Parts: sequence; C-alpha cells; structure tokens
Amino acid sequence: MVENRPWLTVFSHFVLILGIGVVALPLWVTVVASTHAGEDLLTSPIPMWFGDNMVDNYRQMLGSGMQHVSGQPLTLMMFNSLVMALSIAIGKIAISLIAAFAICYFQFPLRMTCFWMIFITLMLPVEVRILPTYEVIANVFTPLTKLLNLLGMEGTEIVLPGITIDLDLSMLDSYAGLTLPLIASATATFLFRQFFLTVPDELTEAARIDGAGPLKFFRDILLPLSRTNIAALFVILFIYGWNQYLWPLLVTTDPAYVTIVMGIQSMVNVADIEPQWNLVMTAATLAMLPPVAIVIGMQRLFVKGLVETEK
Amino acid sequence: MIKRVTFKHKWLPYALLAPQLLITLVFFIWPASQALYYSVLQQDAFGLRVDFVAFDNFAYLFSDPTYLESFEITIMFSVSVALMSLSFALILAVMADRVIKGATAYKTLLIWPYAVAPAIAGVLWYFLFNPAVGINAWILRAWFGYDWNHTLNGTDAMLLIVIAAAWKQISYNFLFFLAGLQAIPRSLIEAAAIDGASPLKRFWTIVFPLLSPTTFFLVVVNIVYAFFDTFGTIHATTRGGPYGATNTLVYKVFNDGFIGLDLGGSAAQSVVLMVIVITLTVVQFRYIERRVEY
Repeated sequence: MVENRPWLTVFSHFVLILGIGVVALPLWVTVVASTHAGEDLLTSPIPMWFGDNMVDNYRQMLGSGMQHVSGQPLTLMMFNSLVMALSIAIGKIAISLIAAFAICYFQFPLRMTCFWMIFITLMLPVEVRILPTYEVIANVFTPLTKLLNLLGMEGTEIVLPGITIDLDLSMLDSYAGLTLPLIASATATFLFRQFFLTVPDELTEAARIDGAGPLKFFRDILLPLSRTNIAALFVILFIYGWNQYLWPLLVTTDPAYVTIVMGIQSMVNVADIEPQWNLVMTAATLAMLPPVAIVIGMQRLFVKGLVETEK
Repeated sequence: MIKRVTFKHKWLPYALLAPQLLITLVFFIWPASQALYYSVLQQDAFGLRVDFVAFDNFAYLFSDPTYLESFEITIMFSVSVALMSLSFALILAVMADRVIKGATAYKTLLIWPYAVAPAIAGVLWYFLFNPAVGINAWILRAWFGYDWNHTLNGTDAMLLIVIAAAWKQISYNFLFFLAGLQAIPRSLIEAAAIDGASPLKRFWTIVFPLLSPTTFFLVVVNIVYAFFDTFGTIHATTRGGPYGATNTLVYKVFNDGFIGLDLGGSAAQSVVLMVIVITLTVVQFRYIERRVEY
C-alpha cells in the first residue's frame, strides 16, 4: 500500500464485488434454472431462486437425456467428453515430451527441419483446414493413395507378394477420429523444450558417466524433473479437450459419439418451439462442472500452465 | 537451441519424433497443402469435372459482397470482443492489485469462466437474453423499454455473441494483467506518490505505459481468440444469423464448405484465413522475442 486512502479501498472492493457479480450472473441463472420444472421457465421474469425440481431434472438428463432430440443420456455424452479430454491431454503430453527430448538432447541431420515442421502446426488451427482434414479422417490413407497415384500407381490398395493391403480406413465416428488430429501440439513441445534447456548439463554428464543411455536418462532424471510442468500442462489441455466443439461436430454423426459440449447445441436449436430450458440448463451445468472444478481445485497449476504455454 | 551435452544415436531421435511428425504430416501439412491446391480449382455442380482456374476463386471471393461483409463483421466482432474484455479485465485487475484482504478469493471467483467452453458460454448468454424468458431481455424491456430480440435484430445478435465471447475471455486477461501489474516496481509508484500524483494520474502516467507490453500481447491473443475460437459460440446460438449478421469468416468457411459443399470457394476462404493466422502468429512471435530482450 503506497498511501492510506480508505475510501479508495472500499471503492476497490465494491468494484471487484460488482465485477464478480456480473461474471457470475450467467452461472447463477443457469444453476437456478436447472432446479426448476419446465413450466416455471415459460413466463418472464423467471425465478432467481432455486426450485425443487433439481433431482428430477438431473435424473432425467443423466439417465435418458432429451427424448425428442438425440435422446442420448448425458452420462454417455460426459463419458465421451472425458475420453476425448483425457486422450488429448495425455496424448499431447506424451508425444510432445519425447519430441522435445529428441530435439534438445540429440544432434542429428534434419533436426531443424523437424523443429520447423512442428512449429508450423501453430499456424494451422482446425478452423482453417476444415474440409481437407475431414477428408483425411474419412480415409486416413488419403495422403498416401494420392501420392501413390501421382507416382503412377492406380487403385487404393497395395499389393505385396502374399498380402493385399487395402488403403481404406475411416476414422469417422470413432474415438481415434475425435482425438488424433488434435494431438499434435507445438505449444506443448515448446514448453518442454524450454524447460529442458533449463535443466543443468551436469545432470546429463553425470548420467553419462554412470553409464546411463538416453532412454534411462529420460525416464529416471528428466521425467521426474518435469512433473510439475506435466501437471500444469495437463490442467490446460484437459480443459482444451473437454471444450472442443467444431471437431466433434464434423466427425461424429453417430449419436453414440456425441460429446456434451457439442451435444447441447441440438437441444437449443430445436425447430419452431421454445427449448426446454430447465433441461438445457441442467445439461449446461453438467458440461461446465468438470473443467470449472479442475480450474478452481488446481488453481495454482492452472495459472502456471496458462502463463507458461503462452511463452 | 540445443543442450551442450547431447547423446549420440543413429535412429532413436527419429523414433522419438515420429509420432509427432506423423500426426503433423497427415493431419496438418497434408490438409493445408490440399486447401492450397483446391483453392485454385473449380468443381462443376455435379462434382464430375474439376478445372484449374488459377486465382479465379480468390477474385470471386473478394468481389463477393457477402464475403466482404463477413470480413467487416469479423473485424468488428474481434475488435469489440478485445476492447470489452480487456477494459473490463483491466479495471478488475487494477482493483485486485490494490486490495490486500480477500485478494485470493477475488482471484478464484474471477478465473473460472476460462473453463467454460465457448459454445456453453454462448448458450448461457443466449438464455439470459432469450426474448421470451431471458432475465436480461426482461430487464431491458421492463426497465429500459428496449425490445431485445436477437432472432430478428442483427445488432442484438451481434451484441449477444460479443458479450458471450468477451465474458469467457475476462479470466484470461485478468490473470495476465494482474501478473503484469505485480511486476511493476513499487518504488516507481511510491516516488510518484511522494511527488503528489493522485492514484488516477499514477495509473495513466506510470502504470498503464509500463503495462503496454502485456496489453499488446493480450490484444493479439484476444483477436486470435475472437477470430478462431468463437465458432462454437456462434454455431450454438445465432448460427450466423439473422440474415448473416453474425456470419464471421470461420463460420462462413464451415457453412460454405460443409453445408454448401462449395469446394473451391471454401478452400480459397481457408487460405485467406491461413494468411491471417500466419500474420498474427508472426506478429506475436516477433513481439515476444523483443520482450525477452527487454
């Protein structure tokens, strides 16, 4: 405190409380709406205090979902979201860790080419290459077959003596299709690279003198040292994965693979009638719950992850 | 760039890089090159013939009034989101930097919207402003006599998505502003206070200029966010409407390519978007490098 200005302090608290009020308003209204019966939300102004229909709403949504739209229970959608968020977070961390290790700890031809190839992914978010990426997911071998066609080979199969490999593998409506294309990550690779560069060289020397090979060094020294970074990154990536929208929208047509964040739009955009707001808000509350709980529960790791991924 | 002490191995580094590079090649570089390739082709209405048309798709794009309008809408949207979210977050960060009691509690209560998906944020505000039952729409009608209707009025729809997108970004901006404020040396502010500068004057002449690297960084991040991460916000609520009032560039690529199945046109739009991302990324990186020196 530079000087004592009690009124300014009171004013600061006032502004902060007001700000929190504005920020929290949507959350409050959503949670309150999810505890009311449908008919309570038909006339304005809607109630601003909790109703008594909470158990019914949540039981219906978790158990059977909204019948007239996709009719998938929210437990399934949340499970899909969880699979997606976990695979993306773990996948990204795993492949970025080893990629950063290779780039920092080995001298090999084409090292910088590899580095720039990873760097380029920063500039190519899904949003700018929607259609061609969809094509690849519809058949993962598209790049290969097109290249083979360019080289003069026709058809979509490779014939080797004894076996024929059919180059047709669709990832639409699968967990692999939902997660694989989002797993490459320049940010995570850079974060680990940045961290590895701060690890003292003496550790590497000591390990080498003791006869440890690169993999043993990675497993026994580098990995334990990276623990906090991994945890911080996990928090950010879990939220990133859970909140994906465009990609699940493109690659899933089978309701069994719908994620909760993407599933809500079909409950809101119902033709001609007013959506069943109490149930939509129940779904919204459930969709927000896991990532918000993680941010609040792991605040320190979250802030660390957020600040470091931006460097 | 590389450690002083390295390992030697013939194939191990390639094996370690393989998963990352494979995914990058198959799902990033290949599709991007395809987008470039399609953008100079044109398919006939039945998908039977494909002609090479060079830059016709781009020429068509930039003479198409709906595309130019979408460009304007996107710029207006991004600037509004950045301005609204940054100013709100800055005020809160300055206040949070001042108070001692309850600072952590305030922080906790302000950072959670970051975790809300853009699409869900859209749905929440869509409900609040719903013309029939939304509490905000009701307040606007009952207290201010304004008949809010984002399903018919383009300005209302635009405001709705701006608010929803800006709301979600407040937490992020708040955290970075607060970190920036806490990095400003106290001695500077104390010296100014001794010279008799009021808190407001100190803010404008010392704090705000010293905060400018953070502000500039956040402006770029917010614009990238508003350009590319708000697809869900729009798709779950206004769907580009009414009458194209919220049809941003990213929404349009999706709509033309996936619903309209216009291959060449959509690819040309993708290429334009790629140029935008690359420009923004380069700006961000050049700037960050300078900050490291500074």
